[in-house]
Amino acid sequence: MENKLSPAKRIASCIAAGLASGAANGMFGSGGGMIAVPAMVLLLKMDEHKAHATAIFIILPLTLVSTWYYMSNNYVDWSLALKVTLGGMIGGYIGAKLLERCPAKLLRRIFAAVMILAAVRMIL
Amino acid sequence: MILLIIGLAAGIISGMGIGGGTVLIPALVIFFKPEQHIAQSVNLIFFIPTAVVALIIHIRNKRIDFKTAIPAIISGLAGAYLGSRLAISLQGPVLKKWFAVFLFILGCYELLRKDSNIKRGF
Repeated sequence: MENKLSPAKRIASCIAAGLASGAANGMFGSGGGMIAVPAMVLLLKMDEHKAHATAIFIILPLTLVSTWYYMSNNYVDWSLALKVTLGGMIGGYIGAKLLERCPAKLLRRIFAAVMILAAVRMIL
Repeated sequence: MILLIIGLAAGIISGMGIGGGTVLIPALVIFFKPEQHIAQSVNLIFFIPTAVVALIIHIRNKRIDFKTAIPAIISGLAGAYLGSRLAISLQGPVLKKWFAVFLFILGCYELLRKDSNIKRGF
């Protein structure tokens, strides 16, 4: 991707984005993509689709490290995880199909509101 | 059954590129009440097969910027190690509060994010 950043600043941005999304992913088990995607779009001026694909490529190895850490501390419930993942695989397919015909902008706002409500619920 | 439904809903949302874990973890915690670390590890495991399938398609379509990804992965591995250690060192209820703060910030960010950055849901 062409942009005006010098090579040194570019590498520094990549390193910072990786560090932050890895730390969030390890600490909270999620959110790596929500940090990596905007970081690549805003700092590196990357196209949104490419940023999304690249974020998955970055986060997969980080998730393997975090999973291994949680596993070795007995923080994994396989029966629970497998049931949820099974539902998730089917849902992922439906979601990808729905994306072609749904107003994602509106859905994004709705889910942002749901996230805030869930956060408040978890603190109280 | 409720687990399958939570997984299904989170899968639909992540399939649409809106972010799965930030919905999956609170849904599990609120409706199923597992220990916070366990809820988080469910999302980590959930991500692995989904990511592998997505990556096969993205690599084929040449959508991955390897020059950006390699340095980010190297520093990210250090981040993942530190983040996981920190999470493991915290008690479940404490981690749950921090998670809620993180979720709140991400929610506000998503709500206020400019529309010009959003193309077809990504």
